Amino acid sequence: MEIPSSIWTLLIGIVLTLVSFWYGQNHGLLPTAASHEATLIDGLFNTMMIVSTGIFLLVEGVLIYATIRYRRRAGDNTDGPATEGNVPLEILWTAIPAIIVIGISVYSFEVYNDIGGFSLHGGHEAPITQEAMSMPGTAMAATLDKDQAGVGATPEREGKPPQLVVNVTGLQYAWLFSYPETGVSTGELHVPIGREVLINMTANDVIHAFWVPEFRLKQDAIPGRQSQIRLTPTKVGDYALICAELCGPYHGAMRTQVVVESQEAFNQWQQEQLVASEETLNKAVALNLPPDEFLAPYTREMGIHSEMLHQVHH
Amino acid sequence: MTQATLQETDNIPVHPQESGERKWQDFFSFNTDHKVIGIQYLVTSFIFYCIGGVMADLVRTELRTPDVDFVTPEVYNSLFTLHATIMIFLWIVPAGAGFANYLIPLMIGARDMAFPRLNAVAFWMIPPAGVLLIASLVVGDAPDAGWTSYPPLSLVTGEVGEAIWIMSILLLGTSSILGAINFIVTLLKMRIPGMGIHQLPLFCWAMFATSALVLLSTPVLAAGLILLSFDLLAGTTFFNPTGGGDPVVYQHMFWFYSHPAVYIMILPFFGAISEVIPVHSRKPIFGYKAIAYSSLAISFLGLIVWAHHMFTSGIPGWLRMFFMITTMIIAVPTGIKIFSWLATMWGGKIRLNSTMLFAIGFVGTFVIGGISGVMLAAVPFDIHVHDTYFVVAHLHYVLFGGSVLGIFAAIYHWFPKMTGRMMNEFWGRVHFALTIVGLNMTFLPMHKLGMMGMNRRIAQYDPQFTSLNEICTYGSYILAVSTLPFIINAIWSWLYGPKAANNPWNALTLEWMTTSPPAIENFDQLPVLVTGPYDYGIEHRKQDANPELREVPL
Amino acid sequence: MQSQIIDPAKTELNHHHTATVVDPHHGGHPDHRLFGLVVFLIAEGMIFMGLFGAYLAFRSTLPVWPPEGTPELELLLPGVNTVNLIASSFVMHNADTAIKKNNLGGMRTWLAITATMGAIFLVGQVYEYTHLEFGLTTNLFASAFYVLTGFHGLHVTIGVLAILMVLWRSRLPGHYSSEKHFGIEAAELYWHFVDVIWIILFGLLYLL
Repeated sequence: MEIPSSIWTLLIGIVLTLVSFWYGQNHGLLPTAASHEATLIDGLFNTMMIVSTGIFLLVEGVLIYATIRYRRRAGDNTDGPATEGNVPLEILWTAIPAIIVIGISVYSFEVYNDIGGFSLHGGHEAPITQEAMSMPGTAMAATLDKDQAGVGATPEREGKPPQLVVNVTGLQYAWLFSYPETGVSTGELHVPIGREVLINMTANDVIHAFWVPEFRLKQDAIPGRQSQIRLTPTKVGDYALICAELCGPYHGAMRTQVVVESQEAFNQWQQEQLVASEETLNKAVALNLPPDEFLAPYTREMGIHSEMLHQVHH
Repeated sequence: MTQATLQETDNIPVHPQESGERKWQDFFSFNTDHKVIGIQYLVTSFIFYCIGGVMADLVRTELRTPDVDFVTPEVYNSLFTLHATIMIFLWIVPAGAGFANYLIPLMIGARDMAFPRLNAVAFWMIPPAGVLLIASLVVGDAPDAGWTSYPPLSLVTGEVGEAIWIMSILLLGTSSILGAINFIVTLLKMRIPGMGIHQLPLFCWAMFATSALVLLSTPVLAAGLILLSFDLLAGTTFFNPTGGGDPVVYQHMFWFYSHPAVYIMILPFFGAISEVIPVHSRKPIFGYKAIAYSSLAISFLGLIVWAHHMFTSGIPGWLRMFFMITTMIIAVPTGIKIFSWLATMWGGKIRLNSTMLFAIGFVGTFVIGGISGVMLAAVPFDIHVHDTYFVVAHLHYVLFGGSVLGIFAAIYHWFPKMTGRMMNEFWGRVHFALTIVGLNMTFLPMHKLGMMGMNRRIAQYDPQFTSLNEICTYGSYILAVSTLPFIINAIWSWLYGPKAANNPWNALTLEWMTTSPPAIENFDQLPVLVTGPYDYGIEHRKQDANPELREVPL
Repeated sequence: MQSQIIDPAKTELNHHHTATVVDPHHGGHPDHRLFGLVVFLIAEGMIFMGLFGAYLAFRSTLPVWPPEGTPELELLLPGVNTVNLIASSFVMHNADTAIKKNNLGGMRTWLAITATMGAIFLVGQVYEYTHLEFGLTTNLFASAFYVLTGFHGLHVTIGVLAILMVLWRSRLPGHYSSEKHFGIEAAELYWHFVDVIWIILFGLLYLL
């Protein structure tokens, strides 16, 4: 007596489920999670991966099985059975995917809320400083009475001011960072671990996008408007900050570093930057050159035109 | 009990006005026969496929190494811009129109399309538009802002190239709209009296859904490109923030078309697969009405999902959620089709010929693209993978694994009807094997590349991604090689292949009820439906009745 | 699900087609051209919808609309022109009514009047353009104004040319009759389309 096919089906279903659960959480497809938001997003992805693995194995399995089991035997030129449908089955395979996508939508909605997707307001958390006003387009942006684009404060931090603010400008082909609280201006982003940071961004020329894979957050930097990302880094390390919107032939070279470090190391770095810029300033004063002329050879190397420098806020 | 026994001689013209043979000159002229136009579309679009494929392999050659060491960055940007533009507007969209042109009148029992001259005009817009686009490389100023051509970048990089791109797309979009008008009117007004909408072959349902999308969305792209060209050439600032304009409005107008465009690119081949699988499994299509109406559902939903391409562009949170939900919903009618195709195969008598292999490959690879698509719908995840190689993986699985494999399945299936010759099965299988290996080798690693941090549209990348990129590049070379057995097979078989019977696959739709190739006016007299389009298995046919008429190759 | 038309003659082997089925292909093709035109006008309508959508988007994102410094649009001339265009649709319809009663002379008269009214509309547009204080690139509103009205004006021009072509062809005896007047119906439908688009445009640009 043969084992009934329903038993085989049950066993296959169990194996499929176990494999899906395992692979969905051990896929190794994502880099380390270095922000609070990244952990939440990874949870969502793992869930989707579990479901996807299951669906993939089911569909491919049925496909391969049917191809082999129901292939035409030599010499048999007759038709197969005249089955036209099975309404209960069709209802089932409509309902189950519908439930799955509803489930994923609800989970996504929650994660989106938890990373701060709904807590964006016009202007409150993103003070437009005097220096910022000198950037092209920000005057326009300041008058735009619309919600900030991007990702705002998580629900726990809603309503509270950010613990650190960084203003970012994207231009062909570099990122410029300035810390309004201390006046530091750099080409590399440093943030202290565990402190919520608000990143205010805009672009000078074409659309760029600010992306740190380990943070899992990305936002277009659009000329003429401000957008933001607000996040809390949770893992010390050096990560790549990548431009993620085609901005010209050297789009692939437009990347820099994000350094997540302890608060002490961060403070020290800020001090060093201030000292260095003062030295530079002193040297410039000594040379009697205005700052942009003094910096010209360096910026030319970076591909930044001197007119741009006028517009960088410090 | 009705018979499903089909008489192959049912609708063969007794007194054909002309033989089904055509002279080669017909195919190079302004000919209004929908069958000639269909073949013109198919051959032309295939040539552009090869050109677009060469561009792809040049891109992949650059990406074999992390540094920019093969072409200059400016040329590289033009290569991927042209690759995508050509594949979309000059290969897949016209190929769908080509099959629609060839098959619709035959499948509904009509002599020709509703507006044959308009039909020819629609086709003849394509070669000049394509030549114009490719000429931009020759003149040294090719478009290089991506096939999406976002301002402000597209306004500051290469004016001539951008203008050429806009003109070319406007021509191709117009061609597409004119074709859609023909398909809609013909399908609605020219079916034989006995063919109600539930006797319509599923390919026709699919083309109706496709044509509705073309009609409603392509003009909005035209509007967007008109505004863009004013910005480019006349100094206006619709999309330029320095003059108060908004670059995101362009994105809305662009994607309002370009999202439906992807359904325009897949629906015809969903339809073709729904034709191919029942024939070669010898079973009725499972869930005819579900498949028919799911095409309409996809068409409708396809119009309200566009901003899922703009999740990081700066649209408000509530809008991101709306588009997330509509995008998730569209997975349901798509899933219905996949399950229905599986159920059609289940219990059948599957002939593993080239057509069916490509159809099986279609189902197996499209589902991967569909799954990654649902992932992309989830906004928090999309924020991470937008504009990365994850998206490149997704789009190639649905467009190559879906549309292109579907095109090949359709070609192998209808080649005997179109040319009166059979293709070589051995080389068809070689073509399939190389394609399926090459396709997965090229695009599967891209999922990981994107998630790990490789962004799109770059000539240089982080060296940690080198080994995966090498695999992708070698896979793309296999894909290049895979076209050779097909091209040789198609040309050789067209000229010297064994003559095909009227109905070599023993199919039931009306195009098989006439000669191969069909007589010039298709049917001498109004065809009469004696069966539904998928009535396999209702009665076992006696194969030995007329053996010379019923060649079943496998 | 299936069509079950069984022709008993066909169940025999070696049958020949009998001419029992009326073949509409020989003699008297049904005319689908008007339906085709309707489908085409749906596409044309969508181009305008795209432009209108863009206009509304710009209007809602800029804090001040029209941007500061834009002179007020005068309403008298465009208002008169609007009435002119709407009236011309009624005139056009008279032409259609006339030909349906086989009144060729009446049809030609009404068509000529419609074309004249259309030409007056275009002249009015050109007059307005030449007297406006802003140019194509003055600001976003100005650009949108010229592009939208210009694109519409292009369609009016095509409509007038279509009417003139119908007038020209009507000189051939027997070309149009109460049975055969697709040209007039097509021109009329297109003219009404152009009129409706103008009403929306006028509302958006001048009134809103």
